[in-house]
Amino acid sequence: MYLATTDAVATAAKRGRTRRRRTRGRVTGPVLALGAVSLVTDISSEMVAAVLPLYFVLGLGLSPLAFGFLDGLYNGATAVVRLLGGYAADRGGRHKLVAGSGYLLSALSRLGLLLAGGATAGIGAAIAADRLGKGVRTAPRDALISLSSPPDGLGRAFGVHRAMDTTGALLGPLAAFALLWITADAYDVVFVVSFCFGLFGVLLLVAFVPGREARPAPPAAPAPPASRPGPLARPRPRPRKALTLLRVPAFRRVCAAAALLGAATVGDAFLYLLLQRRLDFAESWFPLLPLGTAAVYLLLAVPAGRLADRVGRRVPFLAGHGALLAAYLLLLLPTGGRPLLVGVLLALGVFYATTDGVLMALATPCLPAERRASGMAVLQTGQALSRLVAAAGFGAAWTLWGVGAALACAVLALTVAVAGATVLLRPAERPPVAGPPRERPDSAGPPAPTAPAKPPEGTA
Amino acid sequence: MTLTPPEASTRLRVIAVVAAAALLAAVAVTYTVRAVQRAEPASSSSEFALDRGHLYFRSTQEGAGRVARVPMTGTSTSTSTSTSTSHRTPNGPSCERFYAAGGTALCLLRRPGIPPKSYAVVLDERLREKRRVALTGIPNRARVSASGRMLSWTMFTTGDSYAGGGSSFSTRTSILDTRTGYLIKNMEEIPLTVDGRRYHSPDVNYWGVTFARDDNRFYATVSTKGRTYLVEGDMRKWSARALRQNAECPSLSPDNTRIAFKKRVRGGTKDPWRLYVLDLRTMREHPLAEHRNVDDQAAWLDDKTLAYALPGRDGGGTRKPDIWTVRADGTGHPELRVPGGSSPAAVR
Repeated sequence: MYLATTDAVATAAKRGRTRRRRTRGRVTGPVLALGAVSLVTDISSEMVAAVLPLYFVLGLGLSPLAFGFLDGLYNGATAVVRLLGGYAADRGGRHKLVAGSGYLLSALSRLGLLLAGGATAGIGAAIAADRLGKGVRTAPRDALISLSSPPDGLGRAFGVHRAMDTTGALLGPLAAFALLWITADAYDVVFVVSFCFGLFGVLLLVAFVPGREARPAPPAAPAPPASRPGPLARPRPRPRKALTLLRVPAFRRVCAAAALLGAATVGDAFLYLLLQRRLDFAESWFPLLPLGTAAVYLLLAVPAGRLADRVGRRVPFLAGHGALLAAYLLLLLPTGGRPLLVGVLLALGVFYATTDGVLMALATPCLPAERRASGMAVLQTGQALSRLVAAAGFGAAWTLWGVGAALACAVLALTVAVAGATVLLRPAERPPVAGPPRERPDSAGPPAPTAPAKPPEGTA
Repeated sequence: MTLTPPEASTRLRVIAVVAAAALLAAVAVTYTVRAVQRAEPASSSSEFALDRGHLYFRSTQEGAGRVARVPMTGTSTSTSTSTSTSHRTPNGPSCERFYAAGGTALCLLRRPGIPPKSYAVVLDERLREKRRVALTGIPNRARVSASGRMLSWTMFTTGDSYAGGGSSFSTRTSILDTRTGYLIKNMEEIPLTVDGRRYHSPDVNYWGVTFARDDNRFYATVSTKGRTYLVEGDMRKWSARALRQNAECPSLSPDNTRIAFKKRVRGGTKDPWRLYVLDLRTMREHPLAEHRNVDDQAAWLDDKTLAYALPGRDGGGTRKPDIWTVRADGTGHPELRVPGGSSPAAVR
């Protein structure tokens, strides 16, 4: 349904307005600014993430158990915070303010690490502040990207942003290890430099990302009626009602597809571990595996986004999960050596490049501008939670039945999920229904999993 | 922001951001340069050898990050802490973890780089390098059998945990036979028996190996599904069986009759462990007089005395560890043996 809508907008844009055709080839200033902010911030945060276990165990002599506990503790909390961040941003369109607070909080958490010294409680608080900041800023930032881009250039805008973001994530650990090298393990230097990068990111945001008043209305024509049905046409988002967005049929389908596919995404850690077991290469190479994936992601994010804009976003999104399926199959087949290594890393990189930013571009047209951050938060949270379920399920299958059977299950689950998502995301043939959503015009469709809606309900 | 014309406002913002960037860069560079000047040049050649009658340890005071030694005069309780400090000989090999016995030393070290690399280095009785094994992760435990033949070490790796739940680290424990040169990189494939039944689970993690005098039998900790077991292993048969639950980081006494271990006495991460000793004949355990939380694989100085590292008491930014000793029979009270040290190893 929303795909038909998107295509209609794109055609209209091409047909009517020559002024915009000129800008179509370029990514707007705010998107580049947000990309730069993410690049710098990712350098800052990945620097710390790379050295934190070392600092904890070798620098402070604390138990790795305590670190594992601290690290795992706050990952669950980000889901709640993300929903709150999305909601807060939508209230009065304060995306810049909310995202900026998130960036600032994460930057200040580096000073917290510095000042905490060896105190576990202080370090825990600093890690919590960092996660809090990350949770708060993600949805408003993605909403800002979507609000600052023409509808026919959303895929490319998100692609550019994700490429810049990944560049930062690649550079961060390199910078941190270089600093430890030249200073003979002075962890405080890493924290100070990370703080400087983090603060610079906040300044970039303040200076170059337009706020509520300055932001021009999205260059597209006002959102088509299909994307703002019934109750959502009301301008003010109501508190604790972020989940009512799931009543929008098109958005519900995107969420269902993302959650369904997420529930068959077993997680990189497993795949790297399987790779390592299969290849038996030098252990010192192990930490470099994610860098290989990130490099592919970085190179393909923009082309994938452009492709998504041209052929419709569902195509690369589904094909990307096909690449993930290929990675599973490669690990299941008796291939070995370099083809296996290159194949899996390539497939994972393609998977991220064609799904991460593209999903946001896919969801944008079904979300009214004034509820966009909330919607993206709901979508991202649902996806994250279903991936957690997938990881736990895969771990259990591995324990019970062994590696081969667990992988076979994953292949089967992902095949079913891709088929289901293809049906869910099929282009609608009838004209969009503008009536109130209570009629459930799509009740004939496949049953939508309600999983993503459940966990946030009590907390949103 | 919107009151000024867009061009002027943009130029103003660019100037402000460039100025701020310059300021932040200056802070970062200054701080880094000062740390570089502070850093001591690394040197790994040792100024002493492995000699009997010395307690070797990793120093965090003089010659920080390198092995040092003190003479073992009157091993059990009579040494005063002040004299042991003054007899310290610094500037041994650079190690993160160290252990030595029977003319062989094991040094786990990290070398900075992109990414940083870890190594297990085997040293001879002159503390010269014999063999080097490249590793992944953070050095955690190191042990050498009494004869000096069998070596084992444990590394922590983060980020590859697949068990889910609260912990995001896993361990890799290796065993090296220096006589044959045979290296078991990761011992987690060893056939394990729990409660008389062959046990399979991908989430097994081993750590803290300790060898018996015959260089064949060994003890270790295995963790799986949130439980830890003390296991007894056999090198020749290459099998292991669980003896009991909740006994981590075992350390076999020189007479091979008892095992010192850390027992989890409360859940969570706040002070979970106490030192205990298990009698292998009766399988009875008793707590030691050390009432603080100990996260270390204790080392026997002789059949009566155990040494272990505890974080320093200053509570500030440093927490340099100290080496303490306590009697193995549960009597007496803990004594500070070496201020500013960890990884104790008595060479008898």
